[in-house]
Formats: sequence, structure tokens, C-alpha cells
Amino acid sequence: MIQIEGLYKYYGTTRAVGPIDLQVSAGEVVGLLGENGAGKSTTLRVLACELLPSAGRVKVDGHDVVDDPDAVRASIGYLPDKPPLYPEMTVREYLGFAARLRGVARADTPARVAAAAEQAALTSELDAVIGALSHGFQQRVGIAQAIVHRPRFVVLDEPISGLDPRQIVEMRRLIRGLAGEHTVLISSHILSEISQTCDRLLVIRDGEIVADDTEEAIVQRTLGGARIRLLASGLTAERLATLTSAVPQATLLSSQEEAGCLRLELTSPEDVRARLARWVVESGAELLEIGRSEHELERVFMRLASPEQAS
Amino acid sequence: MSAVLLIAGRELRAYLRSPLGAIVVSGLLLMTGILFYIFGLNAEKLLSAEVLRQFFYNASGPILIACPLLSMRLVAEERQTGTLTLLHTAPIRGWHIVLGKFLSAFGVIALATVLTAYMPALIFVNGKVSLGHILVGYTGLLLLGAAAMSIGLFASTVARSQVVAVVVSALILAPLVTLWLLAKVTDPPLSGFLAALSLHHENFRPFMEGVLELQHVVYYLAVTGFFLLASTQVLEARRWR
Repeated sequence: MIQIEGLYKYYGTTRAVGPIDLQVSAGEVVGLLGENGAGKSTTLRVLACELLPSAGRVKVDGHDVVDDPDAVRASIGYLPDKPPLYPEMTVREYLGFAARLRGVARADTPARVAAAAEQAALTSELDAVIGALSHGFQQRVGIAQAIVHRPRFVVLDEPISGLDPRQIVEMRRLIRGLAGEHTVLISSHILSEISQTCDRLLVIRDGEIVADDTEEAIVQRTLGGARIRLLASGLTAERLATLTSAVPQATLLSSQEEAGCLRLELTSPEDVRARLARWVVESGAELLEIGRSEHELERVFMRLASPEQAS
Repeated sequence: MSAVLLIAGRELRAYLRSPLGAIVVSGLLLMTGILFYIFGLNAEKLLSAEVLRQFFYNASGPILIACPLLSMRLVAEERQTGTLTLLHTAPIRGWHIVLGKFLSAFGVIALATVLTAYMPALIFVNGKVSLGHILVGYTGLLLLGAAAMSIGLFASTVARSQVVAVVVSALILAPLVTLWLLAKVTDPPLSGFLAALSLHHENFRPFMEGVLELQHVVYYLAVTGFFLLASTQVLEARRWR
């Protein structure tokens, strides 16, 4: 378990982070969301024992980062925003070096390297020189070095940054694959990735956590309900008038014609997608599309992370 | 200790794979070879022991130049490329990093120094010098190299870039090497103190002559130890702040 109580970090007289209070339970995949300079990387660097906290207590599995940093370092796998790679080494040499550095016995190293490479889908590149790999593969090598010693906690700072769409999908799969065996704390400013990869979101603004919950709960609390988009064909105006009685929680925000179909945007304090779908089908219309609004999390992020811009 | 050897091994491989190691070692060999030809083989008739003495004197210069060039990358490069984070977030101590890096760089300069042995071997075969003189001379060169390398490592630890590391090395080495000049124009006891602190003349001359004196061995070991300790302190202070 990760426990952070009253954490502050100052650079000179500038407060970078604080106060931060946070608990992360074993097996969770937690996303740290915030604008550049909000304090995400600083928080993760304190957790990885790279920075000394100015105040507060940070404990990883009961070990304090100030009193027992080596125990914390041994139990954490850390990928900084720029992967710490030696370009002249092969992937195999580098992962072996990273494993031995974290205390893995020489005899166990080849097996650990092979396992980490397999987990990061790097087996085919084990003998490739790191400097010759693409950005996506280098990012994977960075993740593989963070898990090669089988740490209980994996801390990834912007692992998706700079990847192309295909690499993002693969990286999402890789990070989700870490859940269960590892407790994962991941920072990103790519909202869709955070929402698809993490069980729980932390929104950080000016060094403070302003929201800490599941995506749905945060959206619910911030926007006062979920937004739902619906596309149906054959939905008449008379039938549309029965929406309020059929699904009283839903409020119609807008309706517009779209290539012979009707697109509705609704809001509801709870998830009423199933009832809406049933209402469309029972009305004799065809349901073509139903789902949460794509830009929901963006709106939440704008409200929470940068309220000035949102307003 | 395994962390020290692990880091030393990685650094040594990095030297072997990059052109820097080969360029500096071959430059050192070329310079010592040319100096040996000019002052040893081509000079007026000298006793074998004097030629050997001149060789050790000449070899010390290229070593003092090569050390900052080899050591400049040790920490400054890792800081520039961000790989220092890998070492800083591993459960190892600052002295592991410093000692590992020092051993690798010292290994390279020791190898280059040993590769000059064909020149004393020529004197040994064609002239009359003792094996002891050669061994003591090389001990001096290796001790001088260790001291200069520790200074270069310290400079690389405090500097933000490799170029600055070379400049800082030069700014520490130059006064230490030329302290004997200052000793000449000052009065005792200050002159004696300055001469005893000099990285070259007073402390290196006995090795050139083939005389092994404990006080000079201790001096070079003390300089090496001091700068390795200082490097560790700087690295730890920057790692954990």
C-alpha cells in the first residue's frame, strides 16, 4: 500500500506540490491527471525516492521514503518521463543491468529479463541495440526495466507520451496487463488513455489533488450527471414526447436531424443507457448508436484542472 | 561491492563501444611515442636510466591530459541524458556509483599506461636499467593517473555538461600541477608546504628516479580518496534534495 500524508515539496521558495494526502491499495491502477507543471512528476519522483519531500510522510509498504529509502527503491519500479536508456546497450544487456542493479541474483537474471521482455512484448528485440529502436519500442524497454525486478509497485510517468495510435493501443494493453501482479500509478495528460487504463483517477492542480475517485463518480460529481449521446432512425416527434414519462431521470439537451436519423443528447444523474435503449426499441425505431459523450472527461478535466480556462 | 563491479563493467563496455575511449587511448600512445622519440631516442647521448627517467616524465603529461577527457562523461553525460535517474532510484549508495565509475575510467587509463611499456622494454633490452626502476616508474604513473581521474570524476559530478566538466578538471589540475612553481618563489615553511601539495614535481620525481617512497604513495592515495569522497558527497546531495 502507498500512503501519502501531508506531502509538500518546495523548490527553493516555490511550492511544487502540497498538501497531498493519498492512499493507493494493492492491485489498483491509479491515474494521476493534471496539466503540465501541476505537480504530477514531482509527486512520482518523491515516491520513487529521487526527491526528498519538504514535509509530510510518504510510505510504501510501510517503509518511509526518508527513513528507509533503499527498501522503497527495491519495491518500486519507476519509469521517468524520459526513459533512462543507454543507447549503446542491447535490450538484453540493459534489462540485465537494471535487474542486477535492483538486487536480482545473477542466476535469476536471464529468466527475469525474458519474463519482463515477454510482458512488454519485446522478446523479438532482445538483441537489438536500444539506440536503433523506434520511440515506441524504447518506451517499452523503459517499462520493462521498471518491472524486471518484479516490484510490488510500478510508477510510470507519462508512458504514452509521443506514441502513435497503434503503439498507444499496445501500451494500454501492456499497462492493463500489469494490474493484479503490480500496483500501478501512472501519470498522463492524455485523458482518454487515463480513463481507459485506470480504475481510479486523481486530478492534480497547483500541486493539490482536487478529485480522487472513479471516472464515473468524478464525472457525476463535477457535471451533475452523465451525458449520453443517442442516434436512432424512425424516431417520430410524437414518440420523442414520451421520453420524459418513459425515462424520467433523463433530460433532453438537444435533438437534431442527421442523415435521416435523429441524434439526441441527454443528461442524467445516473446511467440510464439500458432504459433509453429499451425505450427506442419499444417505440418501433432502430437504435443505431448509444454511449457516453466522448468529451465528458475533457470537460471534467477543464473544470477541475484549469477552472479559469473552463469558465 | 557487486553494485560497484556492475557499474564498472557497464562503464567499461561503454568506453569500448564509443569512439571516445579509442581516440583518447590512441592519442595518449601517439603523444608518448613522439615524446619518447624526440627526447629519448633522438637526443644527445644519455645514460639508459636518464632516458627511462625522461620517458616517465614525458608520459605523465599525456596522462594528465587524457584523464579529464576520459572522465568528463562519467556523471555529466548521465545527467544530460537522464540515465542518472536509473542509478538514483536503485537501492544502491552514492559510493557504489562513484567507485564503479572511477574503476572503469581508471581501468582505461591503466590499460593505456601499460600499453606504453614497449618503450621502457626497448631501453631494458638495449641498455642497462633495472626492472625495479621500470616498475616504480609505472607505479608513479598509475598513482598520478588515479589522482587525476578522481579529480576528473569530481568535476563531472559537479558540472552540468561534459564541456564544463573538462574546464572544471583543468581548473583544479592546473594549479595543483604548477604548485611547485609557486613553491620556488615563496619562503619556507610555505614553500615546503606548497611543494608537498604539488601533484607533479615533488611527489612524482622520486617515481621517475625509480625511488619508491611511502609518503608520495600516501599523497596520491590521499588525493584520490579525497576527490572520490567529495564526488560521493556531491552525488548524494544532488540525488536526495
